[in-house]
Amino acid sequence: MKIPLSWLQSFAPFPSDVALLTAMLDDLGLVVEGSERVGEGLEEVVCARVLSIEPIEGADKIRKITVDAGGEPLVIVCGAWNFEEGDVVPLAPVGAVLPGGFAIAKRKMRGVSSHGMLCSAKELGVGDDQGGLLVLSDLVGSDPGVKLMELLGITADVVFDLSAEGNRPDAWSVLGVAKDLAARLSLEVTMPSFGVAAASGNATSTSASAANAVPSQCSGLTVTAAHGVVVGASPPLIAQRLALSGMRPINNVVDASNYVMLELGQPTHAYDLDSLAGPALGVRLAHPGETLVTLDGVERTLGLAGRGLGQLPEDLVIVDGDDAVVGIAGVMGGGATEIHEETSALLLEAACFDAMAIARTSKKLGLRSEASNRFERGVDPELAGAATKRFFEILSLTCPELTVDEPSLTAAGARAPRTLIRATPARFASLLGVDLDGETIGTLLGPLGFLVEHDGEFLDITVPTNRPDIRSMPLGIADVAEEIVRTYGYARLERRFPSWPAPGGLSQSQRLRRHLRAVLVGLGLDEVWTPTLVPETDAHALHLDEPLVTLANPLAEQERALRSSLLPGMLTALRYNADRRQDEARFFEIGTAFTHPDVASAPRSAKAGAGGGAATALPQESTHLVVTLRDNRDDATTAVALWWALHEALKLEEAELVQPIDGSLVPANLLAGHHPTRSALIRSRTTGVNYGLVGEVDAPVLEAFGVERGSRVGLLVLDVTLLEDSGLVPRRTLRATPVSRYPSSDIDLAFTLQNVTPAGRLKEALVAAAGDLCTSVTLFDVYRGQGLPEDRRSLAYSLRFEAQDRTLTDDEVGALRAACIAAAEQVGAVLR
Amino acid sequence: MGEVIGSVDIDHLVLAAATAAQGATSRTVLEAVEAEFLGKRSELAGAHRSLGSMDEQARKSAGAVLNAARVQIQQAIEECRVGVEAAERSALLEADRLDLTEVVSSSIASPVRRGHQHVISQTQAELEDVFIGMGFTVADGPEVETDWFNFEALNIPPAHPARGMWDTFYLELGEPETVVLRTHTSPVQIHLMEDAVANDTLPIHAVMPGRCFRRDTPDARHLHTFHQIEGLVIDRGMTFVDLAGVIQTFTTAYFGADISSRLRPAFFPFTEPSAEYEITCTICHGEGCRTCSQTGWIELGGCGMVDPAVLHAVGIDPEEYSGFAFGFGIDRCAQMRHQIADMRALVENDLRFVEQF
Repeated sequence: MKIPLSWLQSFAPFPSDVALLTAMLDDLGLVVEGSERVGEGLEEVVCARVLSIEPIEGADKIRKITVDAGGEPLVIVCGAWNFEEGDVVPLAPVGAVLPGGFAIAKRKMRGVSSHGMLCSAKELGVGDDQGGLLVLSDLVGSDPGVKLMELLGITADVVFDLSAEGNRPDAWSVLGVAKDLAARLSLEVTMPSFGVAAASGNATSTSASAANAVPSQCSGLTVTAAHGVVVGASPPLIAQRLALSGMRPINNVVDASNYVMLELGQPTHAYDLDSLAGPALGVRLAHPGETLVTLDGVERTLGLAGRGLGQLPEDLVIVDGDDAVVGIAGVMGGGATEIHEETSALLLEAACFDAMAIARTSKKLGLRSEASNRFERGVDPELAGAATKRFFEILSLTCPELTVDEPSLTAAGARAPRTLIRATPARFASLLGVDLDGETIGTLLGPLGFLVEHDGEFLDITVPTNRPDIRSMPLGIADVAEEIVRTYGYARLERRFPSWPAPGGLSQSQRLRRHLRAVLVGLGLDEVWTPTLVPETDAHALHLDEPLVTLANPLAEQERALRSSLLPGMLTALRYNADRRQDEARFFEIGTAFTHPDVASAPRSAKAGAGGGAATALPQESTHLVVTLRDNRDDATTAVALWWALHEALKLEEAELVQPIDGSLVPANLLAGHHPTRSALIRSRTTGVNYGLVGEVDAPVLEAFGVERGSRVGLLVLDVTLLEDSGLVPRRTLRATPVSRYPSSDIDLAFTLQNVTPAGRLKEALVAAAGDLCTSVTLFDVYRGQGLPEDRRSLAYSLRFEAQDRTLTDDEVGALRAACIAAAEQVGAVLR
Repeated sequence: MGEVIGSVDIDHLVLAAATAAQGATSRTVLEAVEAEFLGKRSELAGAHRSLGSMDEQARKSAGAVLNAARVQIQQAIEECRVGVEAAERSALLEADRLDLTEVVSSSIASPVRRGHQHVISQTQAELEDVFIGMGFTVADGPEVETDWFNFEALNIPPAHPARGMWDTFYLELGEPETVVLRTHTSPVQIHLMEDAVANDTLPIHAVMPGRCFRRDTPDARHLHTFHQIEGLVIDRGMTFVDLAGVIQTFTTAYFGADISSRLRPAFFPFTEPSAEYEITCTICHGEGCRTCSQTGWIELGGCGMVDPAVLHAVGIDPEEYSGFAFGFGIDRCAQMRHQIADMRALVENDLRFVEQF
């Protein structure tokens, strides 16, 4: 909302210090998004009469103009063509600095010296027209040498661009802003007068009629007839204020309506009386399918349900004496009844419509106007009379013969009772933390139009009609509290840090996630953030054929689905880096993977719909950890080494690697993209729960995401949610084991084992046989080839033994060695 | 003996082709079979060429026979192709097979290099730590929510223009526009309050970090996916002055002692009174610069006293308990602190960016 300072100052003697006003408006919640100085640089611009126009030899775009600017004739070179000899145009003489900082200097063009510049409206910052010069010939007093600012009645001004919040309908007007500022500065607000419009002597009730068929959605429809209208241009002051406020001046009638709306916040609409079927206006609901061609020339269909607020078909319309639609109430008038050059009599509509009704129609039609913006926020239901009076005051400035049929005629509707808030000052203090007595509260709220009465310890606060945002009891207490603290000044508030006995902290699962991040970063991995919204084809590339969770309104087709696996995003990140010659990367991400409720193992359900009355199934959300390893020679073995580190860090003693992978018991999105013969499931030995995967990404999947063929990518996936929920991460505190003071003994054992038997089986057998004295079993060599049968390989393990209380004897170690060999034979291993 | 066209026994040919295809053990062999029986120099092609010398009637019938044979041979080859490809893939996988329990640790070459936590998760942890120090617990919540939790319980009723304050991604689940990607972390507040009421565990002092989504076209300053942290305190005797104190304490704790905070009136449906929360510009330290539009202040987030309508919705008595909430962007904090010019860098995952943190 743009507001010129001069307009504000017409209500009260506000200071002109822009920085001070900006700070004050900000503190009142009327955020200044910007301010602009206008009229600066126009001081030197004068009226100039064109004496002669001559061509310049060799130039076809510019001409030599001689003007009289009140002194000696001046020669100006000019590129505009929209004027003739005898016209008066604005001249910026040498030395002038135009708005925007353009300095006028003497220039020579095609051998002709130019002593200034003839200007367009755009160049002067007084309009948008840049098609030619601003021709001033028709304006009274446009004599050569007269200052342009004097002629146009322009003063240097500052335009504030304000943003008023949704709960400040009163602030959507110059008067509303002036009232807020005046309250803060303890200034009186007075309405500047434009004179009085002449009364015709007939009441509108004798010359026209008004009807309100929807009293619940229109609290009043005020109609006033006027005669003696002459349609023309607005006075410069009115036109300039509208232009500075961002509205294009159109004609004196439309401008008066817009002026009143900007000034007071009450939209009005003037109908050409002779174009109406009978001198009558009414408000009713549109019949289904009824149409109207609005002022903007577009045919609008009304009364139909549409995607808007609540799918209601209802639209409020304004009708004439024939019950024909002539306007969309509160949004836009019809083209057929608009004010035109020959209009001599009009009917003015000033009404108050239900905010939701206007919001609904405006959204449904995709049609927003300055009027609908205001009605959506809530218009003061008692403003119509004052707005009507102001409208005719302004119109009378340009229509000396204007007569108004007074009083106006109002078709009343249902009016909500005045909101009354009853609370003690202590109640406000309990919300605000600042003790203000009843008197202070009265002083703060009074200037805003609140009536504060004392009733014992209670305050009875009557809310002004321009604050429909303030709710009734008991919710309204908070609304009034905001008004109290707003006028008191947020900046004046004390700051107190509250204390409570409960300690802060992270939950178990948050600590686990932090721990995971720390371990992975410590292992040299980089954390990435990949998109939640992905193309549906991502899942197809992973051969995930489960239903996906999809958006009803995606921004782009490649962002239609919620990811069911983090892997595509991470492969895309690898690809992105490889394309920038950064092939080697080890990434991890901890993020949410979504499973459609139809196939979720643990679907969620939550309250939904109006009032939370229905239950809706929601996607399962699991936190996944995914690691992709593509550094130098990385493959499944690197992933295994990483797994060892994680296994140790998280104390996942229960976990074992299971190969080959039987996918039937595992959520598909956990397994997505794995290499079938180079991956293993991570399974709890005790509960049988599968909560992850370690191995490699399948080659066709790498190819699908553009990761260079032939390279391997190590993969590790953990369902962190499952890991937490199934209690696999031990919660007990670690108990320290004392370090033995006695030397340890190592034995190395090499076996051959059938290729089809996992080495893990042999290791388990060795661990079991080696018993409590064994501190580690480490595979240190694998050999295949010469000297071995084709279906067997050699596995060499190193076992370390030690006791807490003694040095182990050779006999003891020998016995353990024999036990290990015997156990190994049980799984088909043969000592070499 | 089948029909013979141009000295080619068609039935025999089809049979021979099928047999050859079935015998193929690789795609290469199968391609050779295809060339032999369907290629330019195949018997079938020869038979085709012989059609030219026939009369029209004979040409028509012989042509039909040849085409049928071609289709049969193609089908036979296609059928085998699926099998051959599967067998090839299976052989490839078999050759690739690795026993993951057979990995020898000394064989893994691993460069010595520091890893890097993502700047956003680092920022989130730092923010959490500041709030933990101030006595807050940390709560999580789902990213997919219903309209009840994301809107209505937060005093944003259905069919209300206030819903337009958030550009919402709706999911194709349930009734239209009832399931959403959360537009803020505020629904976690509702979960916390409902749970506390159900389990009789009030008061609440918690912060809620998490990923949120708004249907805005991404640009250098905004992504449609972003991270937010919100705080909620519901306790006896909590006031606007306590809120201002919490905001100020957090501001100096996180941004530094020379950075201050201020509140100015604002509107949010779920708080009343509400405030916009601004801090001293971290670039110019209040002197005024381009970043803060010469004001010396930059907007960080919103806050306010929890609206009584929200307390009603979750069953908390506003006469007994009061509370406040605040929220701001984690990404924005990171952006300000590290002067990240283009937010899109956060999701590109370029190593040259990732490695800086």
